[in-house]
Amino acid sequence: MPQTERLEESPKRLSRDIQRKIGQQLRAMYTDVVNEGVPDRFADLLRRLDDKNK
Amino acid sequence: MPAQDDMREAMLAAVPNLRAFAVSLCGDMDRANDLVQETLLRAWAHQDSFEPGTNMSAWLFTILRNHFRTEYRKRRREVEDADGGYAERLTSPEAQTGHVEFGELREALLHLPPDQREALILVGASGFSYEEAAHICECAVGTIKSRVNRARKKLAELLTIELEPEPESAPQVLIRRAV
Repeated sequence: MPQTERLEESPKRLSRDIQRKIGQQLRAMYTDVVNEGVPDRFADLLRRLDDKNK
Repeated sequence: MPAQDDMREAMLAAVPNLRAFAVSLCGDMDRANDLVQETLLRAWAHQDSFEPGTNMSAWLFTILRNHFRTEYRKRRREVEDADGGYAERLTSPEAQTGHVEFGELREALLHLPPDQREALILVGASGFSYEEAAHICECAVGTIKSRVNRARKKLAELLTIELEPEPESAPQVLIRRAV
């Protein structure tokens, strides 16, 4: 009965595969932005705030 | 004042993650940068409300998230007042962010309810635990879990066309392409 078994499992496996791919894409998309680091405007902003308090 | 230098360093270190979170929420890099800037200004002004020894990153995410939600509600009201429609005003995410390769995913994310979107990003991309995400979103852990599950399901529906495996193993996902 291997064929019946495969048919029953297929949608589950498919959904797992899709979920795994979505998870990977989501993290890749996120990491892409994280890897851009700190734009100058934010380093400048914090420096200005810091100087003002000192 | 060493405590203040620590604060600045910790906030600076959180910026890359805050930007990634913000753009995932709003789909627009310019707006994301504005959200992060406002977050830093608020956090700086309310340093006293940060409890030393707790998670600084979670604290900043909470500020950003709350600010985004306030803005989101305000914007939606404004747009709805103007012409009763919101979706049409969303231009393509590729054009807004310049991240062409994730355009489909970004667009799909914008179709999720904000509750589900933030839960999915915090747990699935930012790397927070369910407990931390629940703390950031001020809700129960079980609520976060169910939001993440619903978000995953909905995203899968929206993206199936792009993610389809070999056609013979998944004839059902081809239906939408033919429509």
